[in-house]
Amino acid sequence: MLHYIAMIELSHIHKKYRVARREAGLGAAARALFSRQYDTIRALDGLSFSVAAGEMVGYIGPNGAGKSSTIKVMSGVLTPDSGECVILGRTPWKERKQHVQDIGVVFGQRSQLWWDVPVGDSFALLRDMYRVADADYKRVLATLTELLDLGALLRTPARQLSLGQRMRCEIAASLLHSPRILFLDEPTIGLDAVSKIAVRSFVHTLNREQGTTVLLTTHDMQDIEALSQRILLIGNGRILLDSDLAGLKRRYGAQKTLTVTYAGPTPELSQGMALLPDSLTGRAVIAVDTVALTLPAAIAWLCERAEVTDLAVADPPVEQMVAAMYREYEI
Amino acid sequence: MKTYTGMLRIRFAAGMQYRAAALGGLVTQFFWGGFEILLYAALYQNGAPQSITFAQLTSYTWLRQAFLALLFSLFFDADIFASIEQGGLAYELCRPADLYALWFSRTAAGRLSNAVLRCGPILIVAALLPAPYGLMLPPSLAAFAAFVLSLALSWLVGVANCMLVYVICCHTLSPRGVRRIATSVVSFFSGEMIPIPFFPPVMRNVLIYLPFGAGANMPLRVYSGNIAGTEALTGIALQVFWLVALVLLGHLLLGRVLRRVQLQGG
Repeated sequence: MLHYIAMIELSHIHKKYRVARREAGLGAAARALFSRQYDTIRALDGLSFSVAAGEMVGYIGPNGAGKSSTIKVMSGVLTPDSGECVILGRTPWKERKQHVQDIGVVFGQRSQLWWDVPVGDSFALLRDMYRVADADYKRVLATLTELLDLGALLRTPARQLSLGQRMRCEIAASLLHSPRILFLDEPTIGLDAVSKIAVRSFVHTLNREQGTTVLLTTHDMQDIEALSQRILLIGNGRILLDSDLAGLKRRYGAQKTLTVTYAGPTPELSQGMALLPDSLTGRAVIAVDTVALTLPAAIAWLCERAEVTDLAVADPPVEQMVAAMYREYEI
Repeated sequence: MKTYTGMLRIRFAAGMQYRAAALGGLVTQFFWGGFEILLYAALYQNGAPQSITFAQLTSYTWLRQAFLALLFSLFFDADIFASIEQGGLAYELCRPADLYALWFSRTAAGRLSNAVLRCGPILIVAALLPAPYGLMLPPSLAAFAAFVLSLALSWLVGVANCMLVYVICCHTLSPRGVRRIATSVVSFFSGEMIPIPFFPPVMRNVLIYLPFGAGANMPLRVYSGNIAGTEALTGIALQVFWLVALVLLGHLLLGRVLRRVQLQGG
């Protein structure tokens, strides 16, 4: 067995937020002038997990589950109420300045580029801030430029970039100081298909070739499928599931989807089969519960009862598995 | 140190990005100065105040217009307010630098680049205007040296003032109210609208010892010899004192606010 060295170790992290609440309407607004009501939200409620060097971890959970709060704690930006977090031997919020030298962070919904000036100027400022030697900077920038296809973007003001171009620049900006750990908070949010694929393949290369430890939060299940060896599911501020993708598929993927194209009348279905709503006349999409009915048996059943001209078998989309997981954990 | 020179470089680059804005600012500042001087000319025809001569006053006005970005005590960096309000602050806390130092250098660099890019034409035109309407030469080399030193100090005191407003905005989130109140109070008492020599003597004597007196007031009066000798040295010492005090206070308050910062939203 490989010697497991934890690079990131969180234990029993708690963080509460206070949220002002009131009913909608003028009356309630007037009352709130005199007395405010606050609710306490446990954003992180005893969160514990660890990540080894070189791992690529997908961090998923519904909106408001505590994903961003976790990233902020790990980046040293947010101080938790209690609990321990040790990353490369340091507590992020206590030794923030040393800690951030070793990490790169991309907050997908914010920008770190200077709005008015060409991206290259923002990069030069980051080089100065992180004290990157000139030779290293040139080398890293050349690699990033090639992998993320930055080229002309470096000479363009950030305000004139498309979202996909900007995100590629944001990711590059977070890596100029060659951090050992990269946190990506929703890096593909709002991107088109081409940009998503570009970002994914870059993160993959980074992890494989440079050994950078990557932790990414996302709602895009294709990100998870393309990138993560390991999945952490967070809900209500706690880790609910820690599994690899294959394990997840075994657990929630007992269902297979059969797409059958046939001539003649619609075949009747056996037990363990269910017709899915995206079926058309002449093309049935059938969910097969492989616990009740094996796949060969299901195919044989259909071939006996209809003139099958084409047939395809697929795993259920990861999206469905995750939705099933959220339902099971009631988050 | 590299962080701060880098900040200066990008600020200059950003300042040079918008030519029309620079030109517009220049023209505005020039006309504002001109009208103010005409107004004072009318005032002085009905008897001059003892505390400042008309020639000193025109130099005061032109220098203020030329170095407005350095001297105006609350010349903010708008991006910092946006970062507080919208959470871009998260990125700034991911930098291996002290946030106070980062914001301070960013604001200082913004002021310096703005002033350097705009002061030239105003100074040249003002120097070419006939006396007593133009910018006069300083009475001595010593007065000029004291002016440069005092100008640098009031630039930094102004930045330290801005830092306090940023800290308050970390509590209130929206900068609107704080900015308006702070700007009107501070710029009035600092002599940015009406020079401090026009204030009643009692107020003049009090203001001079407060941070207000350590702003635009000092360099603009030192230049023309309105304040000279020991009085000038005391004034500069007071500027140093207020700079240190305001920086320490701001640093302490920002550190406090950051310990309980929440950074809301995804």
